[in-house]
Amino acid sequence: MKHRGLFYLQLGFTLLVSAFLIVPVVLSIMAGLTVNYFVGIESGLTLRWVFEVWNGYRDTIFLSIGLSLACLAVTLILGVPTAYVLAKRQNALTRAIEELLVMPVAVPGLATALALIVTYGSLSGFRTSWAFILVGHVLFTLPFMVRSVLAVLSAIDLKTLEEGAASLGAGFWPRFRDIVLPNCRAGILAGSLMVVTLSMGEFNMTWLLHTPLTKTLPVGLADAYASLRLEVGSAYTLVFFLMIMPLLLALQAFANPRPAKFVAEETE
Amino acid sequence: MMTEAGKPLAIALENCAKTFPDGTRALEPLDFAIEAGETVVFLGPSGCGKTTTLRIIAGLEEPDAGGRVLFDGEDVTHLPIEQRNVGMVFQSYALFPNMTVAGNIGYGLRIRRTPEAAIKARVAEMLGMMQIAKLADRRIDQLSGGQRQRVALARAIAVRPRALLLDEPLTALDAKLRDTLRLDIDALLRSLGITAIYVTHDQAEAMALGDRIVVMEHGRVAQIGKPREIYQRPATRFVAEFIGTMNRLTGMTDNGVFACRAGNLPWADAPANATEILFRPEDIRVAESHETAGLQGTVAAAFFLGDRTRLFVEVGEARPLVIESTARRDFGHGEAVRLAIDPRGLLVL
Repeated sequence: MKHRGLFYLQLGFTLLVSAFLIVPVVLSIMAGLTVNYFVGIESGLTLRWVFEVWNGYRDTIFLSIGLSLACLAVTLILGVPTAYVLAKRQNALTRAIEELLVMPVAVPGLATALALIVTYGSLSGFRTSWAFILVGHVLFTLPFMVRSVLAVLSAIDLKTLEEGAASLGAGFWPRFRDIVLPNCRAGILAGSLMVVTLSMGEFNMTWLLHTPLTKTLPVGLADAYASLRLEVGSAYTLVFFLMIMPLLLALQAFANPRPAKFVAEETE
Repeated sequence: MMTEAGKPLAIALENCAKTFPDGTRALEPLDFAIEAGETVVFLGPSGCGKTTTLRIIAGLEEPDAGGRVLFDGEDVTHLPIEQRNVGMVFQSYALFPNMTVAGNIGYGLRIRRTPEAAIKARVAEMLGMMQIAKLADRRIDQLSGGQRQRVALARAIAVRPRALLLDEPLTALDAKLRDTLRLDIDALLRSLGITAIYVTHDQAEAMALGDRIVVMEHGRVAQIGKPREIYQRPATRFVAEFIGTMNRLTGMTDNGVFACRAGNLPWADAPANATEILFRPEDIRVAESHETAGLQGTVAAAFFLGDRTRLFVEVGEARPLVIESTARRDFGHGEAVRLAIDPRGLLVL
């Protein structure tokens, strides 16, 4: 009986914590769909605010999608080969590089952004283009790509697999294409989703790096909260939520490793 | 039966040494020739340089400056493994998890741009030869260890390599499966007539498979010879003790008699100043009551193994003698036994 009491206590606590996290999400979504938030739900439901966001901030949504995809492309091109080299050559230098790569995550985004502005701010064509934001996003997301690919590569016996392929006549490029890339697919997928999600939601750095013409979705969101009706801001949150949720779910699905199986010897 | 194109490869190592970047000498300068079609086993404890030698032959390591690797007289020292056309089998199998069994076996042919129909035929032939036809479409993680090594063998042979290099292929398997697969590998090497180099730390494997065995210790060759020579005429103490079981008695030789704590052993051809003699467990036996035998000891332990009894007999030496007795009787702990040794089995090193 004692165990039963403990179970309900734990269940209650878990539900309480979940509610604490989920209720604000629900309230925020409802606020975005309510005619007048201060009157409450009695004022009726509407999609008016969502359309208003769509009309006013459509560009920020497209810019964010484009930016996150560009960021993904760059991190794939830079990150996968980097992870490959880090996995193959374990020495003091590669370990130092691995540590340095994580720096932009540890250093506050504002500091990184400030450094970029101080260094490259005078290149006006660059400063006002979305490529400026892209650089910041790549700095911030690259370690996530490298780490997730590296984790997968470290888990498999990459060296012996490559030696096996080489013994069958495969040179470097066929090996990379046929053996290395397919076997770190799970890491690349997990890394990609992480990069897109992070780039889409990045605010800290982007807030300093953006110009009025290069506003991303989160920056627009801050704008909306600061200067428009609460309903519009909430509707914006809803739009953001709809875009980011599928990515997070996919991330979860890929992050689960396949359980190792034991296969018994067959008797002969 | 299958037909394998090309004649077997002769391999020569000239002055091949290997020093790793941290200064460790993995292999002392080695000169060694492997005849075409021969199976050579490199045998020794871990760190003896056997795997390094194999990797130099394979092209996975380059020997230190001055060393040369010759394939049929042609210098391949600086040729990477992918251009040497050697089949390789690894202890950890090294099968590609992203491909099926058939995909793994066909990979080498695909790299060589073999027509798809020819690949299919060759893969089917390999699957049949290794008795794994029903596994063709399995993923690698759906295979047992024994099945994996069969796939690895099939994959290595599928490309008709000039030589087959096997790096401890049976070490990861359990004892019973090792025996089965060892017989299969032996049959395979004989039927292919391929030059094969086999690395192992297991002397039973080495004896069963090798035309010749190269025993290695600390990066040096301790002895090269046929299994029987290595076993019966070991060149050094290390070889004698590493291969099989060796008994040892210490004492003095005088007038055709070797005297030790256990008694006097008549030995007509005894070398003048031998102070230690070595012999195998099968060359010593418990004497019958009517025989004259100069040595005696007490049974410290007896293990009945079915076809024979393994006795450990205390004779006042550092280690008890090991005796394989086929006598049809029980031996009690502490029982006094008299021992006879066949002088033909005696060694002085």
